[in-house]
Amino acid sequence: MTISSTSRAGKPTSVASATKQGTQIRLEGVTKDYGLAAPAVDDISLTIEPGEFMTLLGPSGSGKTTTLNLIAGFETLTSGTIALNGSDVGSLPPHKRNLGMLFQNYALFPHMTVAQNVAYPLKERKVPKSEITRRVGEVLNLVQLPDRDGNYPSQLSGGQQQRVALARAIVFNPAALLLDEPLGALDRNLRAALQTEIRRIHREVGSTFVFVTHDQEEAMNLSDRIALFNSGHIEQVGSPEQLYREPDTLFTARFLGDSNVFDLDGAASATSAGWDGRTWSIAPGTVSSHPGASVRAAVVVRPEDVRVAHDPADVPSGSNSVGAVVRDLEYMGSYRTALLDLGRVRQLGRARVDALDSTFTVGDQVTAWWKPERQRIVAA
Amino acid sequence: MTALDEHETANPATPTPAPRRPSRRDRGIDPIPWWLIVIGAAVALYFILPTLIVIPLSFSSASAFQFPPQDFSLRWYENFFTDPIWLSSLGNSFLVATLAAIIATVVGTAAAVGLDRLTGRLAAFARTLLMISLVTPAIVVAVAVYIAFLQWHLTGSLFGYVIAHAALGVPFVLVSVTAALGGFDPKLLRASASLGASPLRSFITVTMPLISRGVLTGAIFAFVTSFDEVVIALFLRSPTFQTLPVQMYNSVTFELDPTISASSSLVVVAVTIIFLVPLLIGSRRTKKR
Repeated sequence: MTISSTSRAGKPTSVASATKQGTQIRLEGVTKDYGLAAPAVDDISLTIEPGEFMTLLGPSGSGKTTTLNLIAGFETLTSGTIALNGSDVGSLPPHKRNLGMLFQNYALFPHMTVAQNVAYPLKERKVPKSEITRRVGEVLNLVQLPDRDGNYPSQLSGGQQQRVALARAIVFNPAALLLDEPLGALDRNLRAALQTEIRRIHREVGSTFVFVTHDQEEAMNLSDRIALFNSGHIEQVGSPEQLYREPDTLFTARFLGDSNVFDLDGAASATSAGWDGRTWSIAPGTVSSHPGASVRAAVVVRPEDVRVAHDPADVPSGSNSVGAVVRDLEYMGSYRTALLDLGRVRQLGRARVDALDSTFTVGDQVTAWWKPERQRIVAA
Repeated sequence: MTALDEHETANPATPTPAPRRPSRRDRGIDPIPWWLIVIGAAVALYFILPTLIVIPLSFSSASAFQFPPQDFSLRWYENFFTDPIWLSSLGNSFLVATLAAIIATVVGTAAAVGLDRLTGRLAAFARTLLMISLVTPAIVVAVAVYIAFLQWHLTGSLFGYVIAHAALGVPFVLVSVTAALGGFDPKLLRASASLGASPLRSFITVTMPLISRGVLTGAIFAFVTSFDEVVIALFLRSPTFQTLPVQMYNSVTFELDPTISASSSLVVVAVTIIFLVPLLIGSRRTKKR
């Protein structure tokens, strides 16, 4: 299938010709052991669907970059298999895997012009000269840098360099594009702009993207699915909404966004859970299927789902609630965040208060409440 | 233009090509005090003067060394370029130095690239071994080479000169290429691999162009080291094969022939030109960027 984009001049250009369907990347039992205390990557299985934008998210040292390097071939597998569209590539050297890669420091060749950089993968593949010229022009249009082909990388800004690197990594229609924290070196505004750019290019090129980042916001913005890494294994895989709304574990709940966490007194039953002597009701479908949840569980509620009332009588029936003291109010522009002292082991909770609601002040005795269907029971 | 372009080109009206970061020499430096200039000039003269005296000497017509020269003549140059012994010595020196420099450059570059990312004790040992000829007294090396080559029947042969001189050149290449690799980002090799280049192709298309200055510098040092090497050459000489330094040595010890001043002048000029080559190439490349 042909990828078409509209250049600034308005004429359609076609960049790729065969990869619209993308490539499936399947990891099975992938392990990388450097002989340290714990394997860097420990028995990971993950299927990345053709054309999918998959983000490997996690704190540093969680194994996400090692996993990407294993897919790229820069690291050798200790055990397990990696298959592209069903064929095992575990023993292929990187230059035979036909995977594009984007690096945090751009890794442009400083002795080549922009055009020579972008032409490099085509030259290595012995593409005829006239076709090289055409495809380089097209892909530079696609990344919106059509007039910089004669410049050297050192003459470009960081954002422009990363666009050249992106053009170079997709010009040869790789089976998939691997992105290793490509926006990490850029400032905030530029990062947002390039996120938009990467999403657009993913849409237009349609090939499989595997994106590594430690920035949860970036992961949420970009991904079709996120694989959340934690110390060498995958904690949870799912769409950004799934990970945010339906975390399976405390780690997931804490890593993505703010959350109120209540460590339950014991395991939750099907309909109720106990916290600090209270009994909360559980809505169907809010209990994580994670096996750990049947042993030790916690209730997770997002701050935006927690309401605050002065009078306990104002709390709608059927809600779960907890008494609290307002410790502080943080003004966030469109809303305020109330920091709540929940009494027990000085635990602080967070609730969202309307920015215009001036009835709350620090020191108020309040009741924090939420609907049981907005909470999530996770493995603690 | 889309909104995101404006983000990046907020820096108003970036001309093409974009302005270069000011290089060090564009920036002002503190004025140099006069006494430092005097000391610097004295040291420079001390180094250069003996070399420069030989040049006017070579244009004298007197048949003994005479300074300052009384009159101007090219007879010693004529002598040099018509005497088959001088000419063949010069040719031999060029041949030996060129071949030795090529071998030293290949070996030294390979060693530098191979040892670059290694830190183990074995790598340190290998590095020391390759550098050893720098610190060993020339006469010791010469005697050792002579004894070995006598048994292998390599004395007086082109091959013998070449491999002995190549060994002397390797440390220079190793040092300059290692320094060049210090500024080389190994991530570039991951990039080239991901773009489909085999390790060999990556070396040719990415590593080599970026360390070429270091390689060239090393090659020149190796060439010059061989070109003016006299101790080993004296031991290895034969009636049929000798290098220019050996012939020059012969001419002062046995004949006191002023032709040596002509040949010395030629060597000075040749070596100066050789050392200027990378500077010229460098400045042209900087302009291109």
